[in-house]
Formats: sequence, C-alpha cells, structure tokens
Amino acid sequence: MASFYTLDFEKPATEVERRLAEARRRLADAEANRLRPPPSAPSPFPALDEAEAPVDTPDPGLLRTEIDELAAERRRLLEAAYTNLSPWNTVRVARHPERPHSREYIDAFCRDFCELHGDRRYGDDPAIITGFGRIGPHKCLIVGHQKGRNTQEKLACHFGCAHPEGYRKALAKMKLAEKYGVPVVTLVDTPGAYPGLGAEERGQAEAIAVNLREMSRLRVPIVSIVIGEGGSGGALGIAVADRVAMLQHAWYSVISPEGCAAILWKQANESTNRAAADALRLTAADNLRLGIIDDIIDEPLGGAHRDKTGAAQRVERWIVDQLQDLKTMDADTIVRKRYDRFRKIGAFREAEGV
Amino acid sequence: MTRTQSRSWTDVRPARRAEIPEGLWLRCPECAQMIYRRQMEANLHVCPECGHHYRISAEERVRQLADPGSFTRMFDTIEPTDPLKFRDLKPYPDRLRAEQLKTGQRDAVLAGELFIKGRQSVVCCLDLTFMMGSMGSVVGETITRTIEHATDRRLPLVIVSCSGGARMQESGLSLMQMAKTSAALARYDDHGGLFISVLTDPTTGGVTASFAMLGDVILAEPAALIGFAGPRVIQQTIRQELPPGFQRSEFLLAKGLVDRVVARAQLRNELARLIDYAGF
Repeated sequence: MASFYTLDFEKPATEVERRLAEARRRLADAEANRLRPPPSAPSPFPALDEAEAPVDTPDPGLLRTEIDELAAERRRLLEAAYTNLSPWNTVRVARHPERPHSREYIDAFCRDFCELHGDRRYGDDPAIITGFGRIGPHKCLIVGHQKGRNTQEKLACHFGCAHPEGYRKALAKMKLAEKYGVPVVTLVDTPGAYPGLGAEERGQAEAIAVNLREMSRLRVPIVSIVIGEGGSGGALGIAVADRVAMLQHAWYSVISPEGCAAILWKQANESTNRAAADALRLTAADNLRLGIIDDIIDEPLGGAHRDKTGAAQRVERWIVDQLQDLKTMDADTIVRKRYDRFRKIGAFREAEGV
Repeated sequence: MTRTQSRSWTDVRPARRAEIPEGLWLRCPECAQMIYRRQMEANLHVCPECGHHYRISAEERVRQLADPGSFTRMFDTIEPTDPLKFRDLKPYPDRLRAEQLKTGQRDAVLAGELFIKGRQSVVCCLDLTFMMGSMGSVVGETITRTIEHATDRRLPLVIVSCSGGARMQESGLSLMQMAKTSAALARYDDHGGLFISVLTDPTTGGVTASFAMLGDVILAEPAALIGFAGPRVIQQTIRQELPPGFQRSEFLLAKGLVDRVVARAQLRNELARLIDYAGF
C-alpha cells in the first residue's frame, strides 16, 4: 500500500492502514526476536546485551489484539468511505493511479496470452491491446484499452486515448476471432478517443462508427467490462456486446464530467465538475438502472486498487459465467439478441395526436 | 472584403452562423458582401456572390430535396422526456420546452418518405435549430425506425446530418443511440440497402462517429465542418494552431474520408444519379 496518491475521502482509512502495516512489522520483529536462541553463556559484555535485547520487547499477544482492532477499524473506515461514494469521487477512484489496468487483468487471467499487434493499415496503437488468451476454460480474444503504468508507457498510450488504428486493430482481431468461433472479451478503460490532428486525418469517427456497426453483427459472443473509465464513443467503440458489466467504482457516460462542465457550465472547476458528474448519471448503479449495462461487479473493500488480485478474480468469474451461458446459443440467436439489447435503449414518449 | 469602420445606415450586422438569417438584407459571413435575402433563399440558401452554404433547417432541406408535394412525414409522434432529471444551469425540460416553442418541433429530426426526381426514397434530416441537432433518445429512435422502414420497404435511404454530437442531457442513453443506429445500418446493409449519407455544416461528435460515417456513399456540402472532436478540443489538447481548412469537407475528401463534395444546387441530381447506379 505504498502509494503517495491519497484521495481525501479515504485519508482516515489510509492513516489506519499505515498504523496497521507498522503494527504487523513490529509483530514480525517480535516473533523473530522470540525465535532467536538465548545466549548460552553469560556474556562478557552485559552492557552490550542490554542494548541488543531491549527491555520493552512487545508482547506478541498484545500486538495481535492491536492488529485485530486496527484491521476492524480499517474495515469500518473503508466501508464508510466507499458506501455511497459520490459520483465525482467515483470518477476519482476510477482514475486512481494504482487501479489495475487491462494489462494487469490479462496477466491475472491467462498464463499464455498471445498478443497480436497492428491494424495492417497504418500502425500499432499501444492504447488498445489485442490478443488470444484463455480465461478459465474458455479460449478468448481479449481487447482492452491500456493507459500505461510509467511515464513512458503513458505517453505512448496517450493515457488510454486510442487512435483510429487502435480501433481498426481491435476490429481486425475481432474478425479473426469470428472466423474461428472464438468469443470476444473487451476491457474498457479510456477517458475518450484521442482528439488530435493525426486521429482526425486518419478518420477517428469512421473507425469508431465501423466498429459499432461490425460489432453489432459479429457472429461470436462478446462480453465487455468497464474496468475504470468509460469515456464516450472511445469506450463504446469496443463495447457493443451481448453482456456489459461495470466494476462497482467505474464510470460510463457520453462525456467526461470536465468536458460536460466546460460546455454546459461554461467552465470546468472542482464544483462544476462535481455538478456535472452528478448530472450525467455515470455511476455503475445509474447505468444499471437505465438499462445501459447488465451487471455490476463488486470491487474488493476500498476499491480495486487495494486488492488487484481480488478484483481480477471477480472479473474473471463474471466473464467465465457469461461465456458459459452464451456458448449455449447459436450465432443467429446471439446476433439477434444483441440487436434487441441495444434496440430497446432510449427514453421517449409517444405523443397522442399529431 | 473591406468592412467600414464607422457605422452608417447601410450597415447590417452579420448574421450569426448558427442562425437562419432574418431581415431583408444580410452580410455574408464569408465574403462580407451585402446580399438580398430573397435572392439568397431562391439560391437554395447559398450566397450568390461567393457560394457560401448557409445552414438550413430540416424542413428547408426536405423542401429542397423532395419532388414538390411528395414528402410524407413519418415517426413524428416521438417526444423527448427527461429520464435523468438532468439539470445544468437550466433544467433539461425547460430547455426542451424553449426549443420546442422556438422551432415548433418535438425534437431535432425530421423523417419521412419522398421522391427525389421520381425515385422513391426514405429520408431523415437532423435539425440544427433544435439544440444544435444533438442526438438523444428521440433522434436515435427516429433514425433507427427510418432505417428499419427502409429495410422493410427495400428503399434507398438518405440521411442528412448536421449536429453537435450526442446530447449530454441524456448521457449514457444518448451514447447508446450511436450503437443502436449503427446496428440498424448493419441490418440494412445485410439486406443490400443503399445508404447515402450527406454531411453538412457542422457534423461532429457522436453523430459523425456513428451513422453519419457509415454511408455506402458519403457526400459532403462544400466547406462543412466534419470531425470527431471539435476544433477547440483538439487545439486545447495539442496546444498548437490547426492548419487552415482542417476538418472541412475538402480536407476530408483529400484524406479519403468522403466520396464527393457536392454543392447544394447539385445535391438532388447527385442523389438521383447514385440511386440509379445502385439499381433501385
């Protein structure tokens, strides 16, 4: 838990976590001391021995009680901080630098991930990873946004903002999966598609649009999970799926709160961002209520960034369950149901007369 | 191209581009010439001096495309609601009501069947005058129904786009309209349909990134702004001046992203010709 990045609402909990780690270290020290054999003969240097074995050697029993108390305190504080997380704080958790990215989920799911690069047209966009891998008993094609862990990676990935070649690579590999009847799993984690000169020149809008159309008629099962940020068309460009889930503290919306605040509130600052995040209904619970997603995958206590393995296990279990279910359907049924899934989304009224 | 410094009685303030110009005379925002409004209108809302294409409403667009009296409105009973209880500086229902009063329409789209030089077709036009032609549930649903209608009736489909993108006030629901319309176009395509997408000034955001760029043939009006991200967002991201003509129709033509740039006066002819070539 050596993170320099702390969200203000979880400060009390991180403080307890620090004390808990300290207490655990002291317990480990105390037990190491206890195991050390006592000196066999009286030492010729009693003064030195005195210094080596301090008189206040902590009682391991007392330490254990302290640890239990601190652990309970941590749990209580984290529960308090993470239940009813405000939308804006959800966005901040979704962007937590320690939050697991696609690459880490892939490493956790599969031992033999076979990455496939390039769109065969222009280049290889590291902001979208594609490749074959086994998740549980299922062979899959995995597609995921990648934000990058260190500075160099982040710059190469444009912080998870893909270029057209990324979307075209994703589609090319999905078509490959379709050819061999391999289901597709996509992990969504992007602030949005990259807005830049090259992206526009090479048809960012066209690349996303074609993905939407082709994914809607891909003849293999597709499941998507929004693992962090689900920013607009850049997210949807790999998320036209039979089943869509969000991690508990992920967000998914038509625009980022900052973008929305800048347009509708005419300025983006802490308070307008918070207002926009509220208005956009971007949390997992809201998206489930609106019928945009089918499931919420609960995160480990205190968010996926506190327990990456736990988060990956939960995501993996959900994927395996969905694929198990979808595998029983034939391709025509899958494509028809996917069409119906998106066809019914929308809120409007039929007026009586004209 | 000179503008007088001192104001005189001949001065007319240039019309804002987003608005349909009012008044007898107006100054063309492109060439700064004084134009007689009636003359401009008779010229399909194109500046007679420099050929600048003014933005037009969906109704005017249909009037220009349809054989006289051939247009039948469809799917016009769909009304927007406020599923998110969205509130920015103004509540969404207030915005909707104001726009409905201003335009006399339920939302930013007009759909129906028509004849283009004798060829029966299905048409859908976005309307900039209503919340910048943004796509929410109503626009998405209307376009999807139009596509499905064209699929069932085996008719050619023309969608004229002009839009600021997906409508923020319906958030995720607006986003999903991109998938919904694109999926309907996949089916239309499977049935051998002909979809001609006409891009006009401006077509950006979620509209460009869904149905607008999925035309079997994509036509663009001259000098229309067409892109995924708006120029301001790009400028803020890359922190440098954008090249002249960036994201305009001619730029997209040069980059291979649209098939033809077509002046408004030629649009009817071009549509009819393409419908013929596709064998409808």
